[in-house]
Amino acid sequence: MTKILSKLLMLFGCLLCSTVLSAQDNQPQMADLMRSNGKIYVVVAVCLTILIGLFVYVFVIDRKISRLEKNKD
Amino acid sequence: MDVPRLFILNETIRNLYFHVCMWFGMMILFGTSFVYSIKYLRGFSLRNDIFAHQFAAVGSFFGILGYATGTIWANYTWVSDQSQSLGSILKEPKLIGAAIALLIYGAYFVLRGSFTDMDKKARVSAVYNIFAFAMLFPSIWIIPRLVGSLHPGAPGSESGNPALNFNDIDSRLRMIFYPAVIGWTLLGVWIATLKIRLQLIKDKTLFHD
Repeated sequence: MTKILSKLLMLFGCLLCSTVLSAQDNQPQMADLMRSNGKIYVVVAVCLTILIGLFVYVFVIDRKISRLEKNKD
Repeated sequence: MDVPRLFILNETIRNLYFHVCMWFGMMILFGTSFVYSIKYLRGFSLRNDIFAHQFAAVGSFFGILGYATGTIWANYTWVSDQSQSLGSILKEPKLIGAAIALLIYGAYFVLRGSFTDMDKKARVSAVYNIFAFAMLFPSIWIIPRLVGSLHPGAPGSESGNPALNFNDIDSRLRMIFYPAVIGWTLLGVWIATLKIRLQLIKDKTLFHD
């Protein structure tokens, strides 16, 4: 329990440090992962949204076909 | 592939191949749906009604994907990096217009579902589909370009249609963008034909019973 607590405290400490460090820049930086490497992760997120959306949609169609096949017999 | 180096946008300009293509695909699918609705009203063949319905369904799906990807893109370019307030995002005419257009198409499916008589359903929804397609252009393309908008193509940016303007879009982007439009559209058409075939088989079993 204490181990987890100390780890959490350390994590918060790191987070605090990072916010203090970034506050020294000209403009506040947030959601740093999404803004790293020229915001390439925004493109990744968009890509994944489309892919997951398409997979879900095709999966729903697949289920409809299966139901139709079952009714045919 | 190298892309133009731009402020605020940075690498997110690559979303052009996804977000913008979704809307292009949606327009083409809705256009096809519109053509089949007219064809239905000319000959009253239920086959054309099924085509119109399924193309509109996949078109709306592409629209929803375009909207979802747009929110992600806007979140990291407009909201914080351009220091736009949430109020100005909510007032954004392009978002409101796109939402109206998608809701009009949502009402098309509600309308279809509310009929029990097949011929009446096909007839009324075909007329409604023509209305919905007519509303699509003002709400997505015309009104956001008349009033101020953060979205490219607004009066502030003086670029007309940013995706089709040959002075505005970089040639390196165009080399991938146009094939991507064709590719995404063909994917949409393929899913639509799958749905159409499914519906045709379903109706055939319905008629045989």
